[in-house]
Amino acid sequence: MSLGTSSGRQATAAPFAIELRGISKSFGPVQANRDINIAVPKGTIHGIIGENGAGKSTLMSILYGFYKADAGTILINGTETAIPDSQSAIRAGIGMVFQHFKLVQNFTVLENIILGAEDGPLLNTSLARARKALTDLSREYDLDVDPDAVVEDLSVGHQQRVEILKALYRQADILILDEPTGVLTPEEADHLFRILGGLRDQGKTVILITHKLREIMETTDNVSVMRRGTMVGTVKTAETNPEQLAELMVGRKVLLQVDKDAANPGREVLRVEDLRVTTDGVERLKGVSFSIRAGEIVGIAGVAGNGQSELLEALGGIAEARGRIVMNGADLALKGLNGQSRREAGIAHVPEDRQVLGLIMDFAAWENVGFGYHNDPKYQKNAVLMDNAALRADTEAKMARFDVRPPIPTLAAKNFSGGNQQKIVVAREIERNPDLLLIGQPTRGVDIGAIEFIHKQIVALRDAGKAVLLVSVELDEIRSLSDRVLVMFDGQIMGERPPQTDERELGLLMAGMTEKS
Amino acid sequence: MDLIAILQILESTIRMSTPLLFACLAGLYSERAGVFDIGLEGKMLAAAFAGAAAAAVTGSALAGVLAGIGAALILAAVHGLASITFRGNQLISGVAINFFASGLTIVLGAAWFGQGGQTPALSEGRLAQTPILDLFGIDGHAHPVLELFLGHGILVYVALLAVPFTWWLLYRTRFGLRLRAVGENPAAVDTAGVSVVRLRYAAVGITAVLCGLAGVYMSMGLNTSFQREMTAGRGYIALAALIFAKWKPVPALWACLLFGFLDAISIRFQNIDLNGIGIPVVIPGQFTNALPFILTVIILAGFVGKAIPPRAGGEPYVKER
Repeated sequence: MSLGTSSGRQATAAPFAIELRGISKSFGPVQANRDINIAVPKGTIHGIIGENGAGKSTLMSILYGFYKADAGTILINGTETAIPDSQSAIRAGIGMVFQHFKLVQNFTVLENIILGAEDGPLLNTSLARARKALTDLSREYDLDVDPDAVVEDLSVGHQQRVEILKALYRQADILILDEPTGVLTPEEADHLFRILGGLRDQGKTVILITHKLREIMETTDNVSVMRRGTMVGTVKTAETNPEQLAELMVGRKVLLQVDKDAANPGREVLRVEDLRVTTDGVERLKGVSFSIRAGEIVGIAGVAGNGQSELLEALGGIAEARGRIVMNGADLALKGLNGQSRREAGIAHVPEDRQVLGLIMDFAAWENVGFGYHNDPKYQKNAVLMDNAALRADTEAKMARFDVRPPIPTLAAKNFSGGNQQKIVVAREIERNPDLLLIGQPTRGVDIGAIEFIHKQIVALRDAGKAVLLVSVELDEIRSLSDRVLVMFDGQIMGERPPQTDERELGLLMAGMTEKS
Repeated sequence: MDLIAILQILESTIRMSTPLLFACLAGLYSERAGVFDIGLEGKMLAAAFAGAAAAAVTGSALAGVLAGIGAALILAAVHGLASITFRGNQLISGVAINFFASGLTIVLGAAWFGQGGQTPALSEGRLAQTPILDLFGIDGHAHPVLELFLGHGILVYVALLAVPFTWWLLYRTRFGLRLRAVGENPAAVDTAGVSVVRLRYAAVGITAVLCGLAGVYMSMGLNTSFQREMTAGRGYIALAALIFAKWKPVPALWACLLFGFLDAISIRFQNIDLNGIGIPVVIPGQFTNALPFILTVIILAGFVGKAIPPRAGGEPYVKER
């Protein structure tokens, strides 16, 4: 098997759908793309993988006319093409499905599809034509969507289909998808890949940007790997394996499997009985009961928005709840509470959204490390003043232990990468040696190297005899870390499974289907 | 109270509603495009002054109207520059425009006309009061019903027709689709290859024209001259009406008519004596004068149901990486 930019490997005369030559792009001192060469053969699914900050999104933004490259040329179907703006990209036949959908929530599907691609100043004709085109496209590509549905009423999977239809309606021949499965159930992801396969069979070219190695292995024909702004290599998917790809991405050997021994659970640390949470008049958590023992990791699997967040917030003391929470044999108050009382009870919480609940982005790392623990005697100079120097020194030590880069306590949280932000939060919570760690989406937006590190910390905490409640929408993460898996759907626990359970079975539970149905 | 009085109140309602309706629709265009505009008041005031001043100097109502619109456009350009191009805070820009207009109109009025901030009373430069009745030679006072429907200046009909036109523009045209989209999710517009900046400037421009009409109607139609602070908070009341109307054109008409009605009531009745219907209370004029503002507070406090503003409202658009 050979590495390197593999032009000329395809012996066929068909030109490449996209060829990038020597693309470079800097943002100030940061070189996001350095001399990128890539060639994507027509009618293939081409994967691009790389860690966060490897430059994948920048490269695709250049291709979609969001940024202008500092150097290099773009060839579309063999012809050199300038792409100064999105309009030119669309004209060149490039369609983009962004990670965060670019849909107008209170518009209908049809209105979203014609937006920017109207036939004339009046809408009537555009809508009529779009309706007909939509019917044809849905039939052709198995992309069934109600044209008159309002987008905010659609499921995430359907919204994504609207994005794909938008591109196809604009006659896209090249479809770029940026992390398309992050918000989908395994079921929906499978459907998406069937759609993409269908598009390829019709001669379209698909570029799939993802950090999920499994998706690359299952769906792509070729895969290009990026690392720190450079293109490390392009290989045929059939000739590679996940371990090799991970090594290419990170630049060193990476353990994809979490290395852990069997759990050795002890006494019961947390028991939850019939826990209910109501927000905005809607019951989001509908009577959840389970327990966690010392020395085990219990994973909560489920599609985002099925009550996992409410569960974490109820346990973390952020949301009021009804029912019972028993911690170390004592009942916890459920009302009029705050995170402080929960921390005193031995619960540490790494919230799902570190940028909203975990950190204050404009504050320095050392200040963020103090949050929630600012009353700790070792951070006090006297009855009135805090000992900021002690807090800074402690932060520096934590940063060293958790390999936070750059290890500068005075740097604002927003100036760290996602992975390093998460390490700051994890360090703050784990180093308190809690009896129970609540951890939500521990590796969301975190690169592979840091994922490995954070996973190790979670397992180490378990091995030290602590209880861990892990909530993640990444099924792979749940399966590789947990000792027991609870599946949540619509605010309820659908069942408990061992982590080795077949993914399909878990996927069905996540979609609310039990074995009976 | 007799029929004539009711007709007169209704007629007055229409006249008092007109500047509100212009301003409310002005706000609708801007806010539907995602640019909050608390500076409606300032633009109205500047337009009222510029219109009355130009009409007084030239003796031409048309020159006055154009000058008013021009003044509003200049202030709108400042707001656009601050909030669209330089991505500043839209509320602060709007408040600044209001202060600026409030001060400048008085200073310029005093400097130019020496009447304590007023402009000279208009005679031939005033907007025609009853052009339609005049055309047919009808005496409005003799035919109060005809006067109710036909006895208004041209701008009143322009304002009323602007309502269905705005509806049509928003919901039936490409421009309207894009305008609504840019106020909800500018990223969707941007990725569709349409310029967010150009759309927002277009919206702010329309806002200025409508504010200009609101202002000149006040100083050249309702009154015969500009007086200091003559808009008297109507720009804010128009914003309240816009919220009441949930940013939709037809409900905006009803909301403005309601406010105009309260205005008309307070002009007609200084003190309302309820002794006549057996209640020994006299409602003081201060209370009736305050009615539009009381209603504003009630609306803004959310007593009239949940109003969801355009999602991208107030936020400058920054292309994300």
